Amino acid sequence: MKRRLEISELIFKIISYLLLTVFSLACLYPFVYAISSAMSGYEAVTYGKVVLFPKDIQFEAFKKMFSDNMFWNSYSNTLFLTFFGTIWALGIAIIGGYALSKKRLLFRKFFNFFLVFTMWFSAGIVPQYLNYLATQRVFGKVGITDDKWLVVIAMGMAAMNIILLRNAFEGVPSEIEEAAIVDGASEFQVLSKVYVPMTKSTIATVALFFGISRWNGYYWARMMIRDKNEHPLQVFIRLKLEEFTNPEEMAGWSESYASDSIIYALIVCSVIPILIIYPFIQKYFAKGTNAGGVKE
Amino acid sequence: MKAKASDFLKYDEEKKAYRMDAEQAVRDDVEKHYWLHVVRTIAKDWRLYVMLIPMILVFLFWRYLPMYELLGCFKLYKESTPVADRLFIGFSSFKTLFMGSGPSASLSLDFWRAMRNTFLLSFYGLLFGFPMPIILALFFNEVRSNIARSVYQVMTYLPKFMSTVVMTSLTIMLIRSSSTFNGMGVISQLLYHLGWISEEVANGGLLNQPGLFRAIYQITGIWEGAGYDSIVFFAAIIAISPTSYEAAQIDGAGKMAQMRYVVLPSILSTVVIMLITRIGHLLSVGYEKVLLLYNTNTYVTADVVSTFAQRVGGVGQAGNSNPGLAMAAEMMNNIVGMLLVIGANTIARKASNTSLY
Repeated sequence: MKRRLEISELIFKIISYLLLTVFSLACLYPFVYAISSAMSGYEAVTYGKVVLFPKDIQFEAFKKMFSDNMFWNSYSNTLFLTFFGTIWALGIAIIGGYALSKKRLLFRKFFNFFLVFTMWFSAGIVPQYLNYLATQRVFGKVGITDDKWLVVIAMGMAAMNIILLRNAFEGVPSEIEEAAIVDGASEFQVLSKVYVPMTKSTIATVALFFGISRWNGYYWARMMIRDKNEHPLQVFIRLKLEEFTNPEEMAGWSESYASDSIIYALIVCSVIPILIIYPFIQKYFAKGTNAGGVKE
Repeated sequence: MKAKASDFLKYDEEKKAYRMDAEQAVRDDVEKHYWLHVVRTIAKDWRLYVMLIPMILVFLFWRYLPMYELLGCFKLYKESTPVADRLFIGFSSFKTLFMGSGPSASLSLDFWRAMRNTFLLSFYGLLFGFPMPIILALFFNEVRSNIARSVYQVMTYLPKFMSTVVMTSLTIMLIRSSSTFNGMGVISQLLYHLGWISEEVANGGLLNQPGLFRAIYQITGIWEGAGYDSIVFFAAIIAISPTSYEAAQIDGAGKMAQMRYVVLPSILSTVVIMLITRIGHLLSVGYEKVLLLYNTNTYVTADVVSTFAQRVGGVGQAGNSNPGLAMAAEMMNNIVGMLLVIGANTIARKASNTSLY
């Protein structure tokens, strides 16, 4: 039997829908505006005539950007950092989280504290910078002169992600592990054949956390990567923004599109990969954050 | 070591006879030769410990070594000299920061300004940013159609996946100043036409207004995170059994009463956990965002400890820099931050038996 809504419930429902709609549209608007502006003509963008839909449609800004070698360079650098950075961090997090999930591990409490402490206390920018500089010197001596490897290896590890994995591994019943061991599986086989398949969704979530933070990484990449050709996309966008919003630089602008359009076009291109995978990953994220309780 | 027969034989008073207790002997043995036992266990199970090594190395090199480097705030900074070999100067950097006089007076003022801004930015984040996801989650719960809810969720989560650079670039462009080459940003236009800001302010660029920086920071923060942060609360709300609502309705509870007596108590532990996390991070403002949004005009309200430190410490730029002072500032910030985490956690444990760590 369906109960009639009380008046207070009805009012709340209406308010909910209304505010949700407003907030959702507000969240989305800047991106829509960016797409429209990237495709609009000089006058429309410069004098703020674009509000929602593009005006005087042109694709010169996109063309100009696609013909820029630096753009493709930075795009491939970002792909490189995301790919290797995710594999490196995920690999370490999986085996580390697996070892930590074992009750029989000696000094387990200490190792857990070792991780969690980094969430309470981080050294800060300056010591980290000095540390990365030292790392850069050491890497240089070993022969790793490409700073991208520095970014991949030294950065992007997060204690939170390891704890997520650890909790997921702890959830696997120990009988299954015992059965695998009785069947003659080695420690590594237990991990790869039993644990990894059983915690697929958490691993996917953590991989996405790593991947997205790599794709979006900016500050340390800008500080530590010396060669301009090695800069990732985020740094490229920021440098372009700094260049194009400087009035002196822009004094001699004489194109059919606004300089802003290039920045919008860049932004659009940089978020497209995320937008493509976003619908598929969204459900994983919801799962991951629910399992994210830190337990000791 | 060799076990003697007498180790196993214990005299049992009740039965008036000797009794063998092999397990006790083993326990004694383990206790006496603890480290030998440790080594043996590790040797037997070495694969597990090898698996830990990469993680430990990464954290040691790039999380704990910087902490060691941070101790350089008690030493006179000298490039390419290990921290241990530098001249010990005690708390003199801290003294300069806290009550600098003479040439460093302005530095000290900047430091206190940065501390204040750090605290205020986080505090306002707690005040305005924290309730938003909870409210959103309550709203999501009202949407009965799964499809409609998914649409709302997809739209509100989206900004979280964008990088700080993209978000700040959009922010900068949408509220930019007008110059001879371009008009003001579209949001500035909107606010101007609504009459919320004067033409001067709109033309000058909202990001050049010290008075508006905190508001901009919070609003962009809500834009970015509120949808995504609501996931946790929404999960707690949908976990409430429908029978609880029915019982409340039969007792004549209206919407507000249901909120007060059904929903709120059910999500309280989640709220407490999230609140502890937020309080714990009260002093770790996202420096990347501040760095990308602020400029010399807005230092008054925007400069936080991290950005202050990176300017004083000369990160990424040559020239006169003072990493020792910068590290002292960060040390100060970190210690207060850690005390906040531990304090918040202790209070939560005492008050509600919910604790995070």
